[in-house]
Amino acid sequence: MISERPLLSLKAITKTFGTLVANDNIDLELNRGEVLALLGENGAGKTTLMNILFGHYRADHGTIEIDGSQLSPGSPKEALQAGLGMVHQHFTLADNMTVLDNIMLGTEPLFSLRRHNSEAITKIKRLSEQYEIDVNPNSKVNTLSVGQRQRVEILKALYRDTRILILDEPTAVLTPQESDHLFATLKLLVTEGLAIIFITHKLREVMAVSDRCLVLRHGKTIYQCRTADTTAHKLATEMVGGELPKVLRKKSELGKSLFELNNINASDRKGHQLLRDLNLKLHAGEIIGIAGVSGNGQSHLADLVSGLLTPSSGQLVLNGIQVDKPTPLHMLRKGVGRIPEDRTATGVIGDMTVLENIALEKYWKKEYSRFGMLNSRTLANHTRKLTTSFDVRCGGLHSSARNMSGGNMQKLILSRVLSENPQVILANQPTWGLDVGATAFVHRQLIDACSEGAGVIIISEDLDELFSLADTIQVMYQASLSPPIDPARTTAAELGLAMSGHRDVVHSLLLKEAQS
Amino acid sequence: MRLEPRENVTLLIKAMVPISAGIISLLCCSALIIWAGASPLEACVLLIKGSLGSRFAISETLTRTIPLIFCGLAAAVAFRAKLWNIGAEGQLYAGACIATWLGTGMIDLPPWLMIPFLFAAGALAGGLLLLGPTILKTKFALDEVVTTLLLNFIVLLFVNWLVFGPWKDPMAMGWPQAAPVIDSATLGHILAKTRLHWGLAIAIIATFGVWFLMRFTTWGYEIRAVGHSQKASHFAGIPINRVIIRTALISGGLAGFAGVSELCGLKGYLTLDLSPGFGYSGIVVAMLASLHPLGVLLSSLFIAILSIGADSMSRSLNISNYIADVATAVSLLAVLLSMMLTKYTIRWR
Repeated sequence: MISERPLLSLKAITKTFGTLVANDNIDLELNRGEVLALLGENGAGKTTLMNILFGHYRADHGTIEIDGSQLSPGSPKEALQAGLGMVHQHFTLADNMTVLDNIMLGTEPLFSLRRHNSEAITKIKRLSEQYEIDVNPNSKVNTLSVGQRQRVEILKALYRDTRILILDEPTAVLTPQESDHLFATLKLLVTEGLAIIFITHKLREVMAVSDRCLVLRHGKTIYQCRTADTTAHKLATEMVGGELPKVLRKKSELGKSLFELNNINASDRKGHQLLRDLNLKLHAGEIIGIAGVSGNGQSHLADLVSGLLTPSSGQLVLNGIQVDKPTPLHMLRKGVGRIPEDRTATGVIGDMTVLENIALEKYWKKEYSRFGMLNSRTLANHTRKLTTSFDVRCGGLHSSARNMSGGNMQKLILSRVLSENPQVILANQPTWGLDVGATAFVHRQLIDACSEGAGVIIISEDLDELFSLADTIQVMYQASLSPPIDPARTTAAELGLAMSGHRDVVHSLLLKEAQS
Repeated sequence: MRLEPRENVTLLIKAMVPISAGIISLLCCSALIIWAGASPLEACVLLIKGSLGSRFAISETLTRTIPLIFCGLAAAVAFRAKLWNIGAEGQLYAGACIATWLGTGMIDLPPWLMIPFLFAAGALAGGLLLLGPTILKTKFALDEVVTTLLLNFIVLLFVNWLVFGPWKDPMAMGWPQAAPVIDSATLGHILAKTRLHWGLAIAIIATFGVWFLMRFTTWGYEIRAVGHSQKASHFAGIPINRVIIRTALISGGLAGFAGVSELCGLKGYLTLDLSPGFGYSGIVVAMLASLHPLGVLLSSLFIAILSIGADSMSRSLNISNYIADVATAVSLLAVLLSMMLTKYTIRWR
């Protein structure tokens, strides 16, 4: 089905921000009926390129052509009309409206009293049948699962006669089964003549779904090839620009019990149960992975360990001592290091400096302040030491944290937490959105802390991460935790089923362990 | 037209904020002056002459900066913690009331003890007045903009009742004013034959004190952290409510200082025109200074020049002296606008 003229072609796109060259002379061609995987580490220029494509930014040089006709730069409206559609990582759906409302939103004329509902429903039905996307147009979005919501987003794009569909890290929120479902849909879409750009970090998915790959590094096109002619390893080295840092984990002897949850329950003020009968036991030298589809109570578990949530019943035992009223300060003082999920909003204060952010959880300690006066010299030395040893790239101690990249922000948080030698480390989505290099760095640091005797709880939606790090995995589903599962005796598919609530799978997994 | 975030904000752009605000407000006022039938150039010359043209003019301008500095600091400290204290006017009167109560004969100490004592009492009164709205904010999430603003009118009506009723000075020939403070409670004059009093020195010391607090102490660090992100501060274990309450006491206390210094340095007795809205002007002063304590010195000087100069200018040209209020208000609007323009750039399409 591949025709002569490319459907989309970007020629010599260059975009600079100040001295930073975000896109350097990038060419990209996309044919009908193909899936192009766009790869690159954070800051490689993927987002900038997509923003230029959609007219949010104006390129300094270069042209964009769709089906042979040139797109005028800086016009989002024209880009949409030409048939570009995007499914964002964070969905842009109105939760309290129906699927139909969401799909029609913005396509209706502004000053019209009549809604063309029946025509819209017919069109949606036709599209759902054609592409085997199974969604009821009349159900409300907040009743749908994450996978279904993503299908609504795709349907929304198709409804607008999208010819080129761009998916930004679409599998980050999906279970393995839902991802497979998505890939099947994508295959169907391309056989109907659509073209797809698939932005991702996960190489396995690139190999599974794409026809061609394009790797960006430092704003340049580094590597381009047919997927059939390459390997995941080759792509990874091209992305990082060298051999991948190897993360190997040697299992260490389990030490004493550091942290325990015994039948923990918690609910919010309205009486909704946030955590249901949690049991967990963390030993020194152990890494426990918490798997689960996002929104199943992982953030509440993280809040509990961080000291932000008080359990309504059950015991939280830290180092053999029961904690009745956990507060963030209490947990910090007792040696709990916390790496929050949302680094930009919770982990750092963007408007404060690097030094002030390092000081955030320790300024009250004796070394850093006396009689209410900040000891800025020790703080500066401490910050300088940490930014070097953790390779935090920033514009100096007194530059504001807002300007740092996500990876550097995470390194800053990691350095702040690990330099206090915590006994229990809670890492909530520690490598979410990080590139391969930064991910390996974070993993290395967590493993080192663990082999020095700390216990680590990692909450992650990335099963590969859990399989490579965790000694045991507990699945979180609808506010409760499964018993520990040995990752060596299970597969991603089985865990995926457990994550979507198939309790019998957990039982059979446990049975398998018991028998062997 | 749409706004796009700026990628990097240089110091030059930041410095342009107060400068452009000053220019915009002068331009707006020029238009009004032309409308009133006078020459803006002449008005400008008269304004400068009236505020800086003589020893007396300068002393008057400096006298006016004193309450503006205190109220500006009060707003700057509170706003840093995102505690929107609009009630400095009420806190100023609370300070003045306590100083009147204690300073009109109830207690007599030597001046070197009496003055600090009255300032401390005034600060306590101002701080406690802000404490109520602040506790309502931290406990019940009640909007402090509304509560502090409304409290101003309550305090003012209370003072009204005092000076017409129980505190009315029988020696004042029927004027609604309280008895004058005793000699040991009076701030001396810095310059002979002027009204410039030692409150200026206290104001400058307070400015450097606040600067030191915000820059070098854990309290200041906590105030800034809470102001920038409550969420991250809470996560990091900073006791947010305690920090906000502490900030309220400091802010209210500074506004209370303004009341004591006006009472003991300038007026000598409590009346309803002790402050022509210094508490509100303090907000403008703080915003013009981008909440920087040392900047408050400069911006309160600017507002003082504007109001003293406009007073004398309007008398000579026979136009309304509200022109100063217009200039102050416009400069606040201009600051808010240009602050937005430092973060965003406008793209026309």
